Order: sequence, then structure tokens, then C-alpha cells
Amino acid sequence: MATKLRCCRRSAVARLALSTPLDVRLLDKGMSVGEALAAFNAAHDKAGGVVSFLGKVRPDGDVRALELTHYEPLTLPGMKELAANAKTRFDLDGALVWHRVGVMTPGESIVLVATAARHRRNAFEAADFLMDHLKSAAWFWKRERRDDGWHWIEPRDADHADLARWN
Amino acid sequence: MSVTLIFLGPLRDLAGEQDREVPAPLDWAGLIEQVGPEIAAQLEDDRVNVACKGKVLADKTALLAEDGDEVALLPPVSGG
Repeated sequence: MATKLRCCRRSAVARLALSTPLDVRLLDKGMSVGEALAAFNAAHDKAGGVVSFLGKVRPDGDVRALELTHYEPLTLPGMKELAANAKTRFDLDGALVWHRVGVMTPGESIVLVATAARHRRNAFEAADFLMDHLKSAAWFWKRERRDDGWHWIEPRDADHADLARWN
Repeated sequence: MSVTLIFLGPLRDLAGEQDREVPAPLDWAGLIEQVGPEIAAQLEDDRVNVACKGKVLADKTALLAEDGDEVALLPPVSGG
């Protein structure tokens, strides 16, 4: 049984290769959350703690779909810089930052952040830091399709207040 | 001899297209003239940024795009 488990874990890692210490991606299709977290955990075997956050499209009133657009030359480089800042600031072993673009429906995953650190506090804070910056300072434009058509969304004041906590 | 303008987010709706070729070279005054009054008014907003060759300009009015450059008009982001 133990042999079999080891075998499964190895094959899971082989299926999904992460870049370390930072794996930052823009995805135009759904993400396999369990597989990503298993690979991230395996890639950071010296960490004392791994924290993850999964953001989803909230089923909200008459929202039928959400569309995220980005600008290739800025969005991914900006996310990579953010991940590098988080790694330095919170002394991380590594981080995974995956963000969807394109059209999503309620219940679908938008963003997956995972952080690995020697101690849990750093992992928790780094995940929080990454999310606050992705929510209001990353190069994404968002619109919702409701019953009466598409509407562009701007960050809420609360998102800006969350961001200001880190200054 | 042209510069490619890229319209992001709500500016794409105002422009009615994702991108447009305009004559090079292109400076701030030229940009304002090319995009028409509605988008020009948006560009005057401090929260609207301009990127040239993949870099956000610290001072967008110092824009100087040459032949082959891509100029992106970036409204306030909505975050992920």
C-alpha cells in the first residue's frame, strides 16, 4: 500500500510540472486545483506550511457570466513581479499564482494562490498580500453579463482599503 | 510607417474596435487628435494610463511612439 501511494504521488508530479520557486500563469481554460496544489506541495517539501486561496465567480443576482481581459505585455510580467515581491517580503519557499482570463460562469474558479514557507504566519500573510494586489492592482479589466447586457466593473473601495494595508 | 493603438477594457467599447493603425511618429497631441473627443476626454483622466512598447509611461504626455511601436490605452483596472 505504501509503495502504491508513493507511486501515485510521483505520477501526479510528473503530470504537472511546476516551475520553482515561483509558478505564475495566465490560463484561458479551467484549472485543475487539486492537481496544482498536490504538485505545489510536492515541490516544496522543506516548507513547514502551505496556504492556498481559491477565488471563484460569486453567484450573485442576475450575473450570468464574467469576462476578464488582460494586456499581454503588462499583465503576466506584473504578476511575476508581484510574486517575486511576496517571496522576498515574506521569506517564502515558493508561490503559485494562477489567474484565469476569458469568460467564466458563476461557480468557476478565477484565481488560485498558494504559498509555502517555513512558518505558517508568513504563508498566510503572503497569500493575503498576493490576493489584495491581484484584486485591485493587477492589469485586468472585468465585466459582467447581466440580464440587461454587459457592465464594466471597477474595484470596490474596500479593495483599495485592503491594498493600502500593505503600504 | 505606423503605430498600433490598443484599446483595453471600457475604452474598447468607446473605440468600437480592439486596435487601430495610426501614422507614426505619434506624440501626446497626435494621440489626442487620433482617438476622437470621447476617448480623448478619458485620456485626460489621471487614472487612465498609457503604455508604449509594453512599458507604462510615468508621464503619458511625454509619449513618443515610432514606427512599429504599440501604444496601449489603459483605463483603471478592475482587478481579478
